[in-house]
Amino acid sequence: MAQLICRDLTLGYDGRPLVQGLNFQVNAGDFLCIIGENGSGKSTLMRTLLRLQAPVSGAIEWGDGLHPDEIGYLPQQTPIQRDFPASVWEIILSGCQSRCGLRPFYTKEEKALALENAEKMDITPLLRRCYRELSGGQQQRVLLARALCATRKLLLLDEPVSGLDMKVTAEMYQLIRRLHRGGTTVIMISHDVAAVRYADHILHMGDTVFFGTRDAYLKSDAGKLLTGGEGGAAL
Amino acid sequence: MIWEKLASYVTGYAFVRYALVVGVLIALCAALLGVPLVLKRFSFIGDGLSHVAFGAMAISAVLDQIFKNTSLGDFLHTVGEMPLVLLVTTGCAVLLLRTGQNAKIKGDAAVAMISVGALAVGYLLMNLFSTSANVSGDVCSTLFGATSILTLTGWEVWLCVVLSLAVVAIFVLFYHKIFAVTFDENFARATGLRAGAYNLLIAVVTAVIIVLAMNLVGSLLISALVIFPALSAMRIFKSFLSVTVFAAALSVLCALAGIALAIVYGTPVGSTIVAVDIVAFGACTLAGTVWGAVRD
Repeated sequence: MAQLICRDLTLGYDGRPLVQGLNFQVNAGDFLCIIGENGSGKSTLMRTLLRLQAPVSGAIEWGDGLHPDEIGYLPQQTPIQRDFPASVWEIILSGCQSRCGLRPFYTKEEKALALENAEKMDITPLLRRCYRELSGGQQQRVLLARALCATRKLLLLDEPVSGLDMKVTAEMYQLIRRLHRGGTTVIMISHDVAAVRYADHILHMGDTVFFGTRDAYLKSDAGKLLTGGEGGAAL
Repeated sequence: MIWEKLASYVTGYAFVRYALVVGVLIALCAALLGVPLVLKRFSFIGDGLSHVAFGAMAISAVLDQIFKNTSLGDFLHTVGEMPLVLLVTTGCAVLLLRTGQNAKIKGDAAVAMISVGALAVGYLLMNLFSTSANVSGDVCSTLFGATSILTLTGWEVWLCVVLSLAVVAIFVLFYHKIFAVTFDENFARATGLRAGAYNLLIAVVTAVIIVLAMNLVGSLLISALVIFPALSAMRIFKSFLSVTVFAAALSVLCALAGIALAIVYGTPVGSTIVAVDIVAFGACTLAGTVWGAVRD
């Protein structure tokens, strides 16, 4: 069943279009990877899906009982966070904020959920630690645990492995794959070509827009270009 | 000796008790709000808004002068300058904090512009429509608070108490939301938190605190009350809760010590409090460094 349908979406700033005629659909349990060069509009699409900015035209439809507030979002790190005094526990718990409404404090259930997600990310020993003192990979796990507190259904990952070394990158992909196998829909933005391997659908943005399954993508012109004309053998 | 002198002041004079109560409450509020403001990179908003408040005070003095002996003038005289100053300052706070990332003129530039602009216009107005023979004396006392905390009336003390308690209550009730909006505004927005509304709330509360704090330290030194406790706490503590609690406690202690020292030694209240805050910052930095070295 479709959780997200984008029809004739035109994206841009201040009414000036950046990307036009975007059509794609994400079903429950899909793993969609959005790739494209810098400046191709990946981040703009992400911000639009998160309702941080309005589309220039076109429609975004949410289905399957998914409320747009229930997206688990893994953002890129901001400069503010680099020296922010916050414990891991405080950050993970803040993912439950969307369940709170106007209620000022967290309930027992929400704390239990935060703990459960920390366990899922293998970061329970870090709960009392200060976020800014963690390694890049550990920080990503913390933010992923927070994203899981906000959703059970759909994760939106913005460059989840940027700035991580090879080993930690591989661990991060394993973690994401595990969540996907657990039934969570994943939309991942990446400029890392290796990310294509984990996805079942690809949205390629750039001069030519491609949307389809991974296999179809690897046979397409855009995909061949990406994999050096090997038809996906490298993957 | 000093303690006896202090005790006799506190028991003997109502204005000393007023000063202590108001000083402690304002220091507490300023420190609480200081933590998110510093983390949001708005350290200078206190400075900017206090200059706006200075400009608004000048305007209200001018209005007072122009409408002297009319019914409007009488009305202005009864309500005092507080409502106008509060209104103008809140307006500017909203303007500065709300436009945030999307403004044509970016955060720090906007704060600097409004800050010096209001200061200049305020001083100009005070000179053009001088109400007393000693303009520079008036300006100096508005900028540095001079003795105004020692001349508070019972009504002003009550206003301060009510507004301060409201600020603390708001902070406690919205603590988790303030954390979410400060740590990661985009995530908070994406998960349905009304970040705009909470930024607005922070702006309004900041403006209220700054107008209140003008009585304590004058407009030039307000930034110190907002940023020093937060920065001191961040030297030592590593979670948002501990930083907030320690900043509030430290700020109250510094305000108490500063007012006591100022009364006993006859120094200006505002600058004495800030001097104590600076010493506390030094001590916290040292403690943080030593502790960090011991742990590693």
